[in-house]
Amino acid sequence: MTTPLITARDLTIRRGDHVILDHVNVEIRAGEIVTVVGPNGSGKSTFLRALIGAIRPSSGSIERAPGLRIGYVPQKLAIDHSLPLTVRRFLELPHRIGRTRANQVLAQAGAEALADRQMVDLSGGQFQRVLLARALLEQPRLLLLDEATQGLDQPGAAAFYRRIEEVRREIGCAIVMVSHDLHVVMAASDRVICLNGHICCEGTPAIVADAPEYRALFGTGTKGALALYRHEHTHDHDHDHGPEHGSDPHHHHSPDPASEDAQI
Amino acid sequence: MSLLDDFLVRAALAGLGVALAAAPLGCFVVWRRMAYFGEATAHAAVLGVALALGLGLSVMPSVLAAALLMALLVSTMTGRGFAMDTALGVMSHTALAAGLVAVTLLSDVRLDLMAYLFGDILAVTASDLGVIWGGAALVLGLTIWRWSGLLLSTLNPDLARASGIDPRREELVLTLALAVVVAVAIKVVGVLLIASLLVIPPAAARPLARTPEAMALGAVGVGALSALGGLWAAYQFDTPTGPSIVCIAALLFLVLTLAGALRRHPA
Repeated sequence: MTTPLITARDLTIRRGDHVILDHVNVEIRAGEIVTVVGPNGSGKSTFLRALIGAIRPSSGSIERAPGLRIGYVPQKLAIDHSLPLTVRRFLELPHRIGRTRANQVLAQAGAEALADRQMVDLSGGQFQRVLLARALLEQPRLLLLDEATQGLDQPGAAAFYRRIEEVRREIGCAIVMVSHDLHVVMAASDRVICLNGHICCEGTPAIVADAPEYRALFGTGTKGALALYRHEHTHDHDHDHGPEHGSDPHHHHSPDPASEDAQI
Repeated sequence: MSLLDDFLVRAALAGLGVALAAAPLGCFVVWRRMAYFGEATAHAAVLGVALALGLGLSVMPSVLAAALLMALLVSTMTGRGFAMDTALGVMSHTALAAGLVAVTLLSDVRLDLMAYLFGDILAVTASDLGVIWGGAALVLGLTIWRWSGLLLSTLNPDLARASGIDPRREELVLTLALAVVVAVAIKVVGVLLIASLLVIPPAAARPLARTPEAMALGAVGVGALSALGGLWAAYQFDTPTGPSIVCIAALLFLVLTLAGALRRHPA
């Protein structure tokens, strides 16, 4: 085994009396895709922000491989309308980069046509691709995505994840992503971590989907969607996913694309 | 007779100096939606003036100290769970009121205070000019030096951290620069109108700008034009100078906003 890129050891984060993360141990190794799932308020975003160093652990530690380059795609980025900013200029913060390099990462992220557009004029999907391009600038060995497909409709989200897989093939970085889109996301993952303040369970998508801890959190509503994964990849047809499908209150299967886009 | 002997020349140079420093800084004030923060810092300046006059200290450093103290107190309050507008509302008006009370209690300088509330650009001395340009150069230098970090922190603190920039440090730079601008601008437009020089020129430059840098440069232009135009108008129509400067800035805002709208939707 190679040495891990980043290791969270007994990571505990408290805010006031509230324990957000409780003794979380995670290792991320080169090139793997890890998905963190969990209900709202389970500490997923906090976990990612601790990994980039935005939140200091209350106890425990984050250890990074020496010289580790991290690319980060934040959950949301509200750009005030009073700030004029082209996509190209956004990529040049905080360091100037050449025109070639900018075009290169924009192409990798599927956003080559957007270079001279204003950030505030982009649609939700375009905005996410530009954020991805930005995260790729430093040739990261670890890419962290926080709810990167929030506000995208299902085809949009699926396209975005295909893009992520291509990026990994191209530059070979490890990817950690936090998501609600369990059905799409888990299909692409090597490993799933189910988080609810602590790690409930972890393993391959199939193992996690069958774990009682996971079922307790997400019910059986998403099982149908997971079966989708199985149809495609493991041909496991054992699970009946008809009646319960979509009954999970935590999880919205088919958001109205128009209204979701309007929020961006 | 040197050029600086003419009070109008000194006034013009003072106005230009303040416009040069306030405009780029004002862009961040607008982008971060902290217009009211500038106001609160300015109100603290009244308390600074009152204490300086009462205790016989020099005005500029006292104003600077009061403005900085205000900024730090507001940051502490928001850090402890007060909403930003509540913290600013409490601190800003308290400072203004305490300053006005302190002035009457400490001495009989009531007439002097008017000059600080509304500015007295025509009374700028050569040494005032030195302080104004010194402060303006400091602020401009800070803003240019930290430009990228400030911009990225304004966009998203986490993105800044991921790029190895500490957003709290950038915020501190901004606060410091704001206090300096308030302290040097007090003579030019006065405490009550300082915030307008921070906010109106960037807002006026916004419709025609495509990049942050273009907006900052445009704001400098609008600020300089306002200072000179206001001075001219005050001379021509015998109106108070500070308010005249702000009126010209507002006029430019109106014209540029209309021009921006016409450019987007040509008739």
